[in-house]
Amino acid sequence: MKNLDYQQIDPQALATPTPTPPPRPLPEHKPRRARRKWEVFPGKNRFCCDGRVIVARQCGVLPLTLGLIVLTSGLFFIFDCPFLVEHLTGCIPVIGGVLFVFVIISLLQTSFTDPGILPRATPEEAADIEKQIDNPTGSSSSYRPPPRTKEVVINQQVVKLKYCFTCKIFRPPRTSHCSLCDNCVERFDHHCPWVGNCVGKRNYRFFYTFIVSLSFLTAFIFGCVTTHLALRSQGGNGLVFALQASPASALELVVCFFSVWSILGLSGFHTYLVATNLTTNEDIKGSWSGKSGNEDVGNPYSYNSITKNCCSVLCGPMPPSLIDRRGFVPSDDSVQTSPVEIELSAAKNDTNMVGRAVTSG
Amino acid sequence: MSKVKGSPGLCFVEDRRSNNRKRSSSAMAETHSLQDLRQAAVTSKVFVQRDYTSGTICKFQTKFPAELESRMDKQQFEETIQTLNNLYAEAEKLGGRSYLEGCLACLTAYTIFLCMETHYEKVLKKIAKYIQEQNEKIYAPLGLLLTDPIERGLRVVEITIFEDRSIGSR
Repeated sequence: MKNLDYQQIDPQALATPTPTPPPRPLPEHKPRRARRKWEVFPGKNRFCCDGRVIVARQCGVLPLTLGLIVLTSGLFFIFDCPFLVEHLTGCIPVIGGVLFVFVIISLLQTSFTDPGILPRATPEEAADIEKQIDNPTGSSSSYRPPPRTKEVVINQQVVKLKYCFTCKIFRPPRTSHCSLCDNCVERFDHHCPWVGNCVGKRNYRFFYTFIVSLSFLTAFIFGCVTTHLALRSQGGNGLVFALQASPASALELVVCFFSVWSILGLSGFHTYLVATNLTTNEDIKGSWSGKSGNEDVGNPYSYNSITKNCCSVLCGPMPPSLIDRRGFVPSDDSVQTSPVEIELSAAKNDTNMVGRAVTSG
Repeated sequence: MSKVKGSPGLCFVEDRRSNNRKRSSSAMAETHSLQDLRQAAVTSKVFVQRDYTSGTICKFQTKFPAELESRMDKQQFEETIQTLNNLYAEAEKLGGRSYLEGCLACLTAYTIFLCMETHYEKVLKKIAKYIQEQNEKIYAPLGLLLTDPIERGLRVVEITIFEDRSIGSR
């Protein structure tokens, strides 16, 4: 009843002063199949399994990485393990198997997990930011204005936040825009072609597990193959005989020899980064190393304790994916935001009319 | 009392009374006002930006936006934002529980993330409920609507200002 009264009065009051805005247009067309957000994603990523799996546009050398690992491990299990089980211990294939599983799982997780992509700003947000930037200067120039920056003090350090022209946001600290994936990624480390994805906040721990377990795996295989060949060439047979008896081992030896140095080196480098809570991006740019001669520069994100840094990077809470790949694209709500100015003036007119009406009535 | 088109004043006197009656039955009014918002027109949107002074943790600025001055109480707004900040801090807290979760995940090669809901996700659900509560109880009656920051990539708290239908009664 009360609502009926309210409804009856309302249109009468509003009808007289200004033309009422058109009622919300009802969808006359047949409802289209609701699309998921991954189908309209603006970045250069590709999606599989209806948005459950995300990959960078160029998968890089991921097939090569996978192929090398599977091939080398396969050869190891087929040709070296039987000999070693017989002559040494049965634990060898078990350890090898566990390491292999760890490597493959962490590799797939690094490649197929959202690294921490920041969704682009909605048009209203972008307009709001533009308003805030343009207000002080108020100049209209035909050329693109210089990169806009905002300064923030974090832990007594001045940090510059840059404006991203593609995503139309001020990038949070430690965020960088990857040109290959065309996304801003939080805590951007680097874009790794070997895994075919960016390494960022959400998948750094997977990446670290991958390289550490891979270095253990390659070192393990290298050691086992050397032992195998050493055992075979005992008794005056010589290395050549051993290699002829087991040619696959030669291939494994070559692959492992060249990878163990690079992978071990990379693991060591990333262990250093984890311990100091740095990213590859920051380390390369020398953001906190005081290259410019300023001695007061230090990493504001570090907890100044190796244990705490390691724990926060590797064992910290897993942040959620911000891009909501499997969510449905909302129905077109943008209609109501377009007559913004009309609404505002209509509301103002109403107030005026009411004020006058009440005083006269 | 004649309901003549040209005398909107009388209509608004009646309107005021019916509004008072409406406000006394608060429970009914709350649900109705949230639904009314769906038909109301959007005047503008205010964006509460992130506060990065404590680092990269999720925290929003508590500065009261100028556009909301005519609509709501500064204290209430600050309280809402502060509660949200505390909830996000709880989600991102480094403590025994998160370390345990992290270590367990590492040992299972992170496969438990496929079956288990993380602590962060649980807190996000709490936050969604809190925002819905706040909207129903406080913001919708004022003609405002809070958008959950997770729908904007945790960049901003978007507050939609709707056309104030109750201006006649004031």
